[in-house]
Amino acid sequence: MGKIDDATIENVSILAKLFLTEEEKEKAREEMQKMLDYVETLMELDTDGVNPETHIFGSENVFREDEVTNTDQREAMLSNAPKQKEGQYQVPKTIG
Amino acid sequence: MKQYETIIGLEVHVELATKTKIFCGCSTEFGGAPNTHTCPVCTGMPGSLPVLNKKVVEFAIAAGLAANCKIHQFCRFDRKNYFYPDNPQNYQISQLYLPICYDGWLEIETSAGKKKIRIHEMHMEEDAGKLIHDEWEDCSLVDYNRSGVPLIEIVSEPDMRSAEEVIAYLEKLRLMMQYLGVSDCKLQEGSMRADVNLSVREMGTEKLGTRTEMKNLNSFKAIARAIEGERERQIELLEEGRTVDQETRRWDDNKEYSYAMRSKEDAKDYRYFPDPDLLPVHISDAWMEEIKSRQPELRDEKKARYMAEYGLSEYDAHVLTESRALAELYERTALLCGNPKKAANWFMGEVLRLMKEHGMDAEQVSFEPKYLADLMKAQEKGEVSPQNAKKVFERVFLDNTEPLSYLEEHGMKIVEDTKLLEDTVSRILEANPGPLSELRGGKDKVLGFFVGMVMKEMRGKANPAAVRACIQKLVNQK
Amino acid sequence: MEIEKMTALELSKAIRERKISSCEAVKSVFSQIDKWEDKTQSYLDIYRKEALKEAEQTDKEIAEGIFRSPLAGVPVAVKDNICINGKRTTCASKILENFVPAYDAEVISRLRAAGMVMIGKTNMDEFAMGSTTETSAYQTTRNPWNTACVPGGSSGGSCAAVAAGEAFLALGSDTGGSIRQPSAFCGVTGIKPTYGTVSRYGLIAYASSLDQIGPVGKNTADCAALLEILAGKDQKDSTSIKRGDLDFSSALTGEVKGMKIGVPEEFLAEGITEEVKASFLEALKAYETMGASVEFFSLKTVKYMIPAYYIIACAEASSNLERFDGVKYGFRASDYEGLHDMYKRTRSLGFGEEVKRRIMLGSFVLSSGYYDAYYLKALRTKALIQREFTAAFQKYDVILAPAAPYTAPRIGESLKDPLTMYLGDIYTVAVNLCGLPGISLPCGRDREGLPIGMQIIGGLLQEKKLLCAASAYEAYRGRFETAAERGMA
Repeated sequence: MGKIDDATIENVSILAKLFLTEEEKEKAREEMQKMLDYVETLMELDTDGVNPETHIFGSENVFREDEVTNTDQREAMLSNAPKQKEGQYQVPKTIG
Repeated sequence: MKQYETIIGLEVHVELATKTKIFCGCSTEFGGAPNTHTCPVCTGMPGSLPVLNKKVVEFAIAAGLAANCKIHQFCRFDRKNYFYPDNPQNYQISQLYLPICYDGWLEIETSAGKKKIRIHEMHMEEDAGKLIHDEWEDCSLVDYNRSGVPLIEIVSEPDMRSAEEVIAYLEKLRLMMQYLGVSDCKLQEGSMRADVNLSVREMGTEKLGTRTEMKNLNSFKAIARAIEGERERQIELLEEGRTVDQETRRWDDNKEYSYAMRSKEDAKDYRYFPDPDLLPVHISDAWMEEIKSRQPELRDEKKARYMAEYGLSEYDAHVLTESRALAELYERTALLCGNPKKAANWFMGEVLRLMKEHGMDAEQVSFEPKYLADLMKAQEKGEVSPQNAKKVFERVFLDNTEPLSYLEEHGMKIVEDTKLLEDTVSRILEANPGPLSELRGGKDKVLGFFVGMVMKEMRGKANPAAVRACIQKLVNQK
Repeated sequence: MEIEKMTALELSKAIRERKISSCEAVKSVFSQIDKWEDKTQSYLDIYRKEALKEAEQTDKEIAEGIFRSPLAGVPVAVKDNICINGKRTTCASKILENFVPAYDAEVISRLRAAGMVMIGKTNMDEFAMGSTTETSAYQTTRNPWNTACVPGGSSGGSCAAVAAGEAFLALGSDTGGSIRQPSAFCGVTGIKPTYGTVSRYGLIAYASSLDQIGPVGKNTADCAALLEILAGKDQKDSTSIKRGDLDFSSALTGEVKGMKIGVPEEFLAEGITEEVKASFLEALKAYETMGASVEFFSLKTVKYMIPAYYIIACAEASSNLERFDGVKYGFRASDYEGLHDMYKRTRSLGFGEEVKRRIMLGSFVLSSGYYDAYYLKALRTKALIQREFTAAFQKYDVILAPAAPYTAPRIGESLKDPLTMYLGDIYTVAVNLCGLPGISLPCGRDREGLPIGMQIIGGLLQEKKLLCAASAYEAYRGRFETAAERGMA
């Protein structure tokens, strides 16, 4: 069903934010095609009317109460930032 | 030129007035130093996990019920995946497949009359952080204080046809949220934001034109201008035989023009899927009933009640309910003074005048309703002149001054001293023989002149009715 | 008895009786590390100073008569995808090479509260994606039984450390078999608990709906004791569950008379080596000898398990790993032009090949036009697999299966063909798809001497049944020596 062409790989690498060399793209295309051919076997399974299951246990609500429990942790949070300035995370210029 | 119809749908984001963020225990307080309201969860640290704030669900249900929505009693959160630095996980937790509220409507009123605007859905989601451009290093800086602040997004059907309808709809939403206590909905502070989906079509045709989405609209005026600008742009394209592209545009209110936000890196494929870290939310009938029973009186109900119960005019009832804070202040005053109509006069007159004079929002007005009620009663009993009452109220309004002792201390309380009054009246009558003879000759107009003179002389401390009676008594004696 | 030959419970008993101090236990572990670490390369970081300090503290408490838990004073190793406050946590990935979390994972808080001593961080497949620990960006961990072989994965470092006597106990994580399969390859015991039993807070996610942390140890009793410490509802993890039957050790009765055991016949049909099969059949016989009934049954969804698993796991992973972007923590590429280039270069240089492969696949199956065909289809398939297991557990107390179709492969063999490597997960992935508990324990060795593992699977929340079955088998089998005790290759 799924035919993986160069455009697919290009699109997926944009979505996944991965930079692939031409060689890597070719390899990725082959491998993904192989994997999709393999998972194709699922299509023979009749799943009509079967609910897609998302959670193992999900019959009870899990909530937090609306109470402030966190104090200022700025230094701890920022301590891992590759680049920071004036208590903020520094990134290349964004547009808009 | 052909006639065109504008078709508008809105996506409105409303920041909820919870104390904490949607998935962590960080404060939502506005204005903290950058990143001081952050934790592993709202900065997307590895291994951190979201836990849903119950209040967010309750607020969303309350808003949905007020907007005549159906509730998905089994709803879920989905991840919306896209890379941007204000979004620390590079996915936003939102709802796509099972939004909490759907299929509702709100009724708006414009100069053309009443109209229903259908609401497609309302869903819960998290807000993003704030990006600030740094001129010095030509880079951007990220502050995650707003990251994870709870939002509900209200998606309307394309039912609006003009800026006037759009503004009426937004006003309606704003008041509804405010009355529910769900959000303060301030456009300037970003706690209410609207994206406008707009298309045009030739009058009389059925098929919808290609729509654009406009972002960055932060005032009613900007929204009105953006709608006009975008309508003209699209019509111009069509008139030139060109087509409208489906795209997102950013409104620049200074240049009064919108710009396409396009980038090949924005693939616009959000790969939504159910968030495995959050369990589905089950909303029982009982829970919904409980929220319904706690629902406060909303604007339309309040307005109707003011007219029916308090006998106010539609105009007065409309103005007094334009803000929940003002309505509450008015209502408490009315109850305490026992005369809703008179209280309404005070609000329509002095309260609104002072608010305007001092550039205040209703939320900023904080005087004690009992003080105004006391003042009204004192005036009723003839203990203070209307002029002085207004003067004293200004103190009450601005500084919450206790009015009765203020009256005493400043000698503004009317004196029941008959001797003093008679002496003053007779002195003034004697000093003005001309007008006196006119009064005697039956010119009633002159009575007002004497009352004014006496009141002035007594610095307002006399009861005008008593002054009038005294003048008539003395004139007849002499 | 020499300390390094003790089980964790034997050691903790000796510590409690003050025959051995926690410090001595820690020193013993360090001397084992000094002896074997060059060969096994199990650890990414070793906390020599802090571990001794923690041990001293525990010894002090014990002298005062304070016993924080049945495992107080026992050294434990931690897989490097579990956050420890102030300690480098890398997931064996370059993208997190310098990441130091400012928070403890819930399981770490629990280890601290139990008075256990953390020895260090163990190697793993990068982001737990792999079955050999070879996808680690830092080092290749070797199987203590034969250093030419892989330890399995992704919790290869944890399992190798226990097998080499470099730890008494270790934490692993299991998304598709990552505790059970390396336990089998290394001849140790490992448990994947029922989903939600152990908090995932602070576990760096691979696939959130499948991940569970679990214990690795020398035998079932040690694992049960550690699981008692790890398990419990955590407010910080919405998917963690409240359950009352956490006294797992009480189930180690060794009594299986009348127990009904089911074996999926499809598991023995193809792909399994003769030696593994023979060893597994021997174990089945042992159960029959002990009075349990063993029955083969058909599990029709077997061929759909790996496809469903890889679609779901990769989809979730593609989203979970989006946060690694060079903005907030970890590695950022040094040369880039603009934001999106920074993202791309950072992620391309920061992630290894296997991780990128899974991110690409996961992004694809969620992308517009393919979501229904692949992702939803996989979720529906998962529901059918769950139904089949639910039905099976109405007939059987536990299900027995091999832990892996073969023994530990040679280093360098597996990564050549990813799909073939994925197929090796055939016996383990269904347990994660269905949230079930599973235990892997040694049941023999092949002719090269490499351990063979078998797996006992329980119904949801039925840890006690599988622990009971495992304890019985252990009693029958006798002590399974670790690689260190046998003298490693």
